Amino acid sequence: MKKVILGDHAVSYGALLSRVQTIAAYPITPQTLIIERLSEMTANGESNAIFTKVESEHSAMASTVGSSASGARAFTATSSQGLALMHEMLHWAAGARLPIVMANVNRAMAPGWTIWTDQNDSLSARDTGWMQIYCQNNQEVLDSIILGYKVSEQVNLPTMVILDAFFLSHTAEGVDIPDIKEVDKFLPPYKPEIKMDINDPRSFGALTSPDVYMEFRYKMQESMDKAKEVITREGKEFGKMFGRKYGLVEEYRTEDADTILVASATVASTARAVIDEMREAGQKVGLLRIRVFRPFPTEEIVRVIGGKKKVIVIDRNISFGKTGIFFDEVKGAFYNYTGNKPPMFGYIAGLGGRDVTPKVIREIMDDAIKKDKPESEILWKGVKL
Amino acid sequence: MIEILIHGRGGQGAVKASLALASAASKAGKYVQSFPEFGVERRGAPVKAFTRISDEPIVVRSKIYDPDHVIVLDPTLLHTIDITKGLKDGGWIIINTEKSPDSFTEFKKRFKVATVNATKIAVDNRLGSKVAPIVNTAILGAIIRVLDVATKKELAEGIKEFVPIKAEANVKAANEAYDLVKFSEEA
Amino acid sequence: MKHSKKEIKIKGASDMPEMSASLGSMAHNKTASWRNLKPVIDESKCIKCFICWKFCPDAAIDFTDENTPPKINYDYCKGCGICAHECPVKCIDMVEEER
Ligand code: SF4
Ligand code: SF4
Repeated sequence: MKKVILGDHAVSYGALLSRVQTIAAYPITPQTLIIERLSEMTANGESNAIFTKVESEHSAMASTVGSSASGARAFTATSSQGLALMHEMLHWAAGARLPIVMANVNRAMAPGWTIWTDQNDSLSARDTGWMQIYCQNNQEVLDSIILGYKVSEQVNLPTMVILDAFFLSHTAEGVDIPDIKEVDKFLPPYKPEIKMDINDPRSFGALTSPDVYMEFRYKMQESMDKAKEVITREGKEFGKMFGRKYGLVEEYRTEDADTILVASATVASTARAVIDEMREAGQKVGLLRIRVFRPFPTEEIVRVIGGKKKVIVIDRNISFGKTGIFFDEVKGAFYNYTGNKPPMFGYIAGLGGRDVTPKVIREIMDDAIKKDKPESEILWKGVKL
Repeated sequence: MIEILIHGRGGQGAVKASLALASAASKAGKYVQSFPEFGVERRGAPVKAFTRISDEPIVVRSKIYDPDHVIVLDPTLLHTIDITKGLKDGGWIIINTEKSPDSFTEFKKRFKVATVNATKIAVDNRLGSKVAPIVNTAILGAIIRVLDVATKKELAEGIKEFVPIKAEANVKAANEAYDLVKFSEEA
Repeated sequence: MKHSKKEIKIKGASDMPEMSASLGSMAHNKTASWRNLKPVIDESKCIKCFICWKFCPDAAIDFTDENTPPKINYDYCKGCGICAHECPVKCIDMVEEER
């Protein structure tokens, strides 16, 4: 059924269709609409989930960890300051190997107080052991929640499905809402091998000596590596069933391109229009959208942009004292690459919700194309000096 | 792709109008996008809502700066903001006013003007109060007539979806505006 | 992964579970060997207040009913002495373990 819905509500539908069993959440703009709709769905019986109102995001994730550990398919959603507050529990969820799916609406961090989008909130959670999926439209948001459970429950790591504040969260567009019976065929009930069970008592997350701690971490990394295959396989499988295929990265007109733009989330969506416009003018440009940031698709990136003439990365985030985070990681993917390393230009744009319009992207492309090499490791687009 | 900018005041329902319009156009088989100006809405303050309608999937996800058409829900906004800012030459300006399109001579030099007394239609249908009538659904009837983006039936479904309270009265208001809107192509 | 009563030797990551969950219940982990001093209740003096039962950090004191003095489970008692310290009538003695 096709319906015009907001990005936030695409999340709610994704959770509903995944038959989540517990939802514990605390409201924060621009995530509030997600849990508002889910509380309606649980109140009117559309969903059988247990909805728990908690007093903070830290508790939201603590509660979610508890229900997931006891074998429930658990869901929560947050944004920005809320994600920061649950940071300790993010490590717990991943370390305890719980297949939780959480939606995070990308909202910039305060101060100054802000409700608008950028990626510094989720990227600050980069090293927690969560998989991170950056979505470019509402359809992908809904689909990624379902896919999130499908993948997480195979690799025992949690998934963060990320959508831009307002540019997705509060934007309505046509979304195909799949039939729940079809989703059931794709996503069977969650049956964990080990769970909290009074008939099979165990202790969880107890004191772990230096003898074995490192091995647990080794296994997390092993699972992250395996997740790359699982995400690719399930993304294809999903495509067969629902007609929409997803991978780690998405290529757009890259094949014969000599200049590649690397972007994520809604910036990557808008960039397509710019690529089309430049192609019409005869310029050989293409787009690589990084959809999955953790696990990081090193091989795919090297395959697509290795040997190209020029690479331009747009970051709607910054690692203070370094550069844009995607730029840094894309560059890092190439250090041990023996082929031709393309020069890379890293632009920072759109922080705190500043609009990244087709014009802004075009100016970035033109700027990089006319230069041999970047004058510095960090190129600020549109900052008023 | 056409890009529509709706000007209104907080509380008048500009955002709901944009959503119902998008939903109607979606039912007409179009790709759509609808979103508010991303701010903190305050009752009475000028607000904007954006609608994109296209035959192709819509990839651009920035705000609308150079609209093809603008809608003005509150005629007093004409004195406070430049509603033609960025508007493409030849674009429609659809205004809620009792005046005729011909009285907007300045606008008519570069744009096309359509008018409808959505306030009266809203009051007649008891939508909102006399002091603060809710004009968003009435004007939608004028929009789909002038821009030809959906049928009355599709609009009625869109309204029921996003304005479920007093849906029948809202649909009736939209239909009245569809009939009463004043415009001429050559304008 | 079924829990087992036998002691399990782990070589490395390949035979470890993904999550840091014990392979079985802590019921199999008898901690009595940690004990140097053993609490002994003088039942004749015990007033059945069950303060010791509440305070034992290892839940190693069993409750039967309100009229029966609590029983210490020597399979798990680690000999910390908290019960003896908390007992209001001082009827718990910490005695040297015989080895
Ligand atoms: S604390 Fe002392 S008196 Fe109270 S129940 Fe225990 S042994 Fe008996
Ligand atoms: S000595 Fe410590 S562990 Fe043993 S019964 Fe008393 S309080 Fe419990």
